[in-house]
Amino acid sequence: MNSAQLHCEHLSKRFGDNLVVDDLSFSLYPGECLGVIGPNGAGKTTTFRMCLGLTAPDSGCVTVFGEDMPSQALSIKSRLGVVSQFDSLDPDFSCAENLLVYGRYFGMKRADIDARIPGLLEFAALSHKADAKPGELSGGMKRRLSLARSLINDPLLLLLDEPTTGLDPQARHVMWERLQQLLQQGKSILLTTHFMDEAERLCDRLLVLDHGRMIAEGRPRDLIAAHLEPDVVEVYGGDTQALAHGPLREQAQRIEVSGDTVFFYTQTAQTLLQALAAYPGVRSLHRPANLEDLFLKLTGRQIREGA
Amino acid sequence: MRLRFWPVFLRNFLVWRKMIIPSLIANIAEPLMWLVAFGYGLGALVGEVQLGAQKVPYIVFLASGSICMSAMNAATFEALYSAFSRMHVQKTWDGIMNAPVRLDDVLLAEMLWAAFKAIFTATAILFVMLALGIADSWKVLLAWPILLGVGITFSCLALIFNALAKGYDFFTYYFTLFLTPMMFLSGVFFPLDNLPEGVRWVATALPLTQAVSLVRPLFMDQWPEHVLLHIGILTAYAVAAWTIALHLTRKRFKQ
Repeated sequence: MNSAQLHCEHLSKRFGDNLVVDDLSFSLYPGECLGVIGPNGAGKTTTFRMCLGLTAPDSGCVTVFGEDMPSQALSIKSRLGVVSQFDSLDPDFSCAENLLVYGRYFGMKRADIDARIPGLLEFAALSHKADAKPGELSGGMKRRLSLARSLINDPLLLLLDEPTTGLDPQARHVMWERLQQLLQQGKSILLTTHFMDEAERLCDRLLVLDHGRMIAEGRPRDLIAAHLEPDVVEVYGGDTQALAHGPLREQAQRIEVSGDTVFFYTQTAQTLLQALAAYPGVRSLHRPANLEDLFLKLTGRQIREGA
Repeated sequence: MRLRFWPVFLRNFLVWRKMIIPSLIANIAEPLMWLVAFGYGLGALVGEVQLGAQKVPYIVFLASGSICMSAMNAATFEALYSAFSRMHVQKTWDGIMNAPVRLDDVLLAEMLWAAFKAIFTATAILFVMLALGIADSWKVLLAWPILLGVGITFSCLALIFNALAKGYDFFTYYFTLFLTPMMFLSGVFFPLDNLPEGVRWVATALPLTQAVSLVRPLFMDQWPEHVLLHIGILTAYAVAAWTIALHLTRKRFKQ
């Protein structure tokens, strides 16, 4: 049975000595928003490029719409919308011209493209900027134009590589709204992201990658429930060692120390907070466990740079 | 079958159309300045050039060579700097390849586009030469397909270096080591007979020499000799360069 729109099977890719993607298998089903999260160098972008046939896997295969990638790449891409990590808008063309020129790459007729342009500009909230060039647009506007451009061929499936990286909160929220609209229209989305709030908000299902391997998969809420205690109490400003190893231990299922902060993962937050009252001078923050906690638990707190 | 390279070619054309005035000046005014300065200025000192058994006015000698050089330069600049901007800096190629267009189609479009720029430049200069009376034989119109060949050959050659480049600075090697010697050793400014024998052998094998050998007699209202040989050599350069450029470009994008 293979009703999946996108199916990756046992994908592996090595660059030199570095195994970037390691035996990765997953499927994306119609109407679904599938998020791929992971730290830098986890293999997200390489996986994304293999799905597009831009990087050839060392082993394994990618199937999109039941067709093999990359041998059927042209047929697949005619039904695909792609927004890559870096804007590739044409700086010499206006917004409307960008859409027109891009539509031609799909072999669309001028009249058909022209008929779609006003609707797409409106969707991107750029109707008033139809004649402006990308250089005159804000970062959020450029990303929305990239999204509108990827919709020129009315694709069934969208592949978005970090669509909101570098945007301010307002621009991110507008982008999320638009992606929600597309999901409501029945389109499917594969999304890579660094932002846990984005993943939690948009994605029906998540894949957590680290060092090229899938280390967790599931619905955001289910993943949190399966891997974490319901509450987190963050405590700052005290002697971290004394806090972590003192009597408060009893009230937490798991304790993490990072810098000057102690994280208590607990099922009995109220009791813990009452006990904290005995420690004057410490500040605390009580909140429900979220995807970011899960992410840090699964992939660790060390910084991944140069990857 | 749909010609997938065509929308990419059209994209470049539409951008160019927006900047046609500065582009025209850069492509045509400069070669004409060379022609006027050297042709009339130096021509007054040189007088006529001995070419085999006959004498040719220097301005005609220079015009027939420099139009080939202009085609070469126009194709080279487009396939190096402009193609590199689109490929590497603006990521235009990456955007295009997310649509149903292959890398090979993009490269073909870039090659043909650079050749178009070459033929456009050469055509405009040719008209000016006809208007100035430097060329007066109808035979110069036959130079047109040869100049297109020059455009194709040199855009293929430049695309090899485009595929290897990490930045714009890299192109300095190509100009210094390849294009400038080509300019001086292809019989554009002076006859090859005056060169030492070893250098002359190298010069005879250069792609631009083939084009000059074909175009110059047409400016003198004569028919070129060894037509098939010259066309054959030029074509061989183009085919070899295209094959290498395609291979290297695919390799670059494999990462």
